[in-house]
Order: sequence, then C-alpha cells, then structure tokens
Amino acid sequence: MSGPVSINVAAPRADPMAPRFLTVRRRIRESADVATLYIALDDADAQKFACRPGQFNMLYAFGVGEIPVSVSGDPALLDRVTHTIRAVGAVSSALVKLRPGDTIGLRGPFGGSWPLEDAAGSDMLVIAGGIGLVPLRPVIYHLLRRRADYGRVSLLCGARTLDDLLFRKELDAWRRTPDFQLRVTLDRADRRWAGDVGYVTNLLPKARVDLAETVAMICGPEVMIRATAQALEDIGVAPTRIFVSLERNMKCAIGLCGHCQFGPHFLCKDGPVYCYDRVRDFLAIREL
Amino acid sequence: MKDIAALLREHPFARELGDDIVTLIAGCARNAIFQKGDYLFREGAPADHFYLIRDGAVALETFAPGCGAVAFLTVKAGEILGADWLVAPYRSSFDARAVELTRAIAFDGKCLRGKCEADHHVGYEMMKRFIPPLVQRLRLARLQSLDA
Repeated sequence: MSGPVSINVAAPRADPMAPRFLTVRRRIRESADVATLYIALDDADAQKFACRPGQFNMLYAFGVGEIPVSVSGDPALLDRVTHTIRAVGAVSSALVKLRPGDTIGLRGPFGGSWPLEDAAGSDMLVIAGGIGLVPLRPVIYHLLRRRADYGRVSLLCGARTLDDLLFRKELDAWRRTPDFQLRVTLDRADRRWAGDVGYVTNLLPKARVDLAETVAMICGPEVMIRATAQALEDIGVAPTRIFVSLERNMKCAIGLCGHCQFGPHFLCKDGPVYCYDRVRDFLAIREL
Repeated sequence: MKDIAALLREHPFARELGDDIVTLIAGCARNAIFQKGDYLFREGAPADHFYLIRDGAVALETFAPGCGAVAFLTVKAGEILGADWLVAPYRSSFDARAVELTRAIAFDGKCLRGKCEADHHVGYEMMKRFIPPLVQRLRLARLQSLDA
C-alpha cells in the first residue's frame, strides 16, 4: 500500500429517488431468518446497478417500505445484483419472503466502497461477525480474483451457531483455496462442530498476516466492530489501516433526510465504509 | 526426552517466570495426553487440576436439556484451561473435552495452592498469569451473550 488509503464515494445519480422495478430470479434460504435474492438485470440495468464491494442498494417491498441492503454478490457478474437479507423488521421480513418471479424495487448503488485498490500490496485481514459477512463477501470475490495483487489474505468469521453461519458451501470452498486462510468461530456449538468456539477476536492470534503490513476490514454488530477494532489496535494494527462498515437508519440514501447522521457524517453518503480513525471517537458517543 | 520443567519453559505461561519458580511449580506438574473425545474434567467433579495446553484444542461445554452438549469456548495451544482449582469449593463448573489429540501440562491444584500459600511471591506470579486470561474471557463472554 503506497500513500493513504481512502474511501471511494459514489458519484450522485441523476434519478436517485426513483426505484427500478426488477424481477427476483432466484432465492436461496441461507438460514432460518436469512435469504439471498438474485435479481436479474438487463444490459441497461447492468450499467445502472454496477457497484463496488461495500456499496448498498435501497430495496423496496411494495406496500411495506424500503430499507438499505448491502450488495452481497460478485460485482463482476453484471447480469444480476445479489442481496442477502436477514428478517428483522417488517420490510426485511417481506423481502425475505419474495419468490422467483416477484417484483422488487431497487435504487442505488449508494455509498462508498472498501478501499481495495489502495490496499493492493498489503496483507488483508477480513473480519466478519454474523450478517456482517454480507458486505464483505464481495471483498472476498475481489481478493480471490486479484489474488496476486495482495499479500497474505485471512478471513475470520464469527457466527452465533452453526445454523446461523452464512454461505457455508462457499466457506468450505474458500477453506480449500490455496493462499487463503479461513477461520470460523461460533458463539456456541453442538457436536456437529469441531472448530473454534468463542468470540471472533479469539481468532486474531491465528491470523497468518503481518500485522504491520495489514489492512483490516471489519463488519458486524457495532459492539463487535468496536471490540475487534480495539483488539487490532492493541496488537499493533494502525487505526488508519482499519476499515469498518457502519449502519444507521438510512432513508433517502443521498444525504438529504438526515436520518443516518453520525456526528458530522451522513452514513448513506459519506459511508457506510469508514476508516476507523475517522469514526473511532464517535463510536464511543452513545447519543449518536 | 524433555523433563517437565523444560516443557513448562516452552509454554507462554512460563514467560518471564524465574527458573527457581519454574523448578518449584514443576514439582506439581506432569505431562498429559488426551485423545480426541477424552474429557479432561467433568462439570461438578472436584477441580483437582488445571492444564497448560501445548498442542491441540479443548472445548468447554455444558449440557442443556433438549440441546445436548453445548460448547461455548475452545481453549487452544498456548492457553490455560481450568480456573476452578483456584476458588473453593474447587469444583469444575463445566465439561472440558478434547476435540483433537491434545498434549498438556497438568498441574495438581492442591499442590500448587500449597506452594502459593507457603511463598506469596510464587502466588503473586501465578495470579499475574491467571488474571489476564480470566478477565479477557469474561469480557468476551459478555460480548458473546450480546449475540444471543
């Protein structure tokens, strides 16, 4: 990595508030409350929805509402946009229930992306907690495609249980990939699991990276992000080399409504990916 | 073949521990090997020992009706397993099961407590090695509970 790492922020769109009506092509149940939707794109829409790892779209369940959802698929596959959604509220529950052939509203992509180009040459430490693996999955696709551009690559994943662990077949494939380290830990496990059990930060000593030359990318619950970023600092990773993806109540997605304000930042426009040194102090302020 | 003091010096537990203390506490220790599936201790049983894991991994588990054995932490090479030997009534709080072939240094808790009582400097050196992982595990257990 030469020079400072910066976040790539999306350029404003001409029609940012107008959703496109698109068709769900395929749906995969990932866990009891998580599903992945593959949404078909024609050539025109492929250009419109071309995105970078870390960006999100606003997904509209007709008659219910609209929520921001990170892109979870491979940005290089332009004939589709892929979203993985956990049913936690009215809109996400409606989205998770969509079936192939159903129509969905999309607008985007919005927000900045993980600084993958600037991180070239560095060791990469990708740390996901639970559903936080979703916005990091495009990072892994990128790193695998451009493997020679990076040093050592390590993915550390935490999940509540084996049944909550997302993308298990893909994780198995990544585990077998040369020059790629994957470690998974569960909060609690039954006898089907013989791997690590404990919090995701327990995996940090096992990461095969040079901490002084590492760029870390973290996504998960905010408590996990804070604990993990702090643990990385404690073992010598500079805050300027730690990147986090944050979440707040996004509504307009273009920095107008103010719902996602986080100190001086609008997460939808300035984020959701931030260098940790820019947000560390704000993460300690509970009123934000 | 290395003696127990030599094995102990290789473990992070003995880092910055004087040779005199290593030699002293080695008198309470023995080498131990556990096959995959072996229990190092069982919930409710007397907590007679603690272990320094040299190789392998051990799952700390408890039994939940309807769920069976539920693991909540794996203890791995370089780490300490077992704290109940420190606190009366010296009873194991959980099951500890080897999830792979595991080599450890097993300490007789009663023997080591006696040496700590006899020489408080030794006791303080032991506390300095037990408190940080205990605090860290407590911190992480709180975070784990928030994931529920």
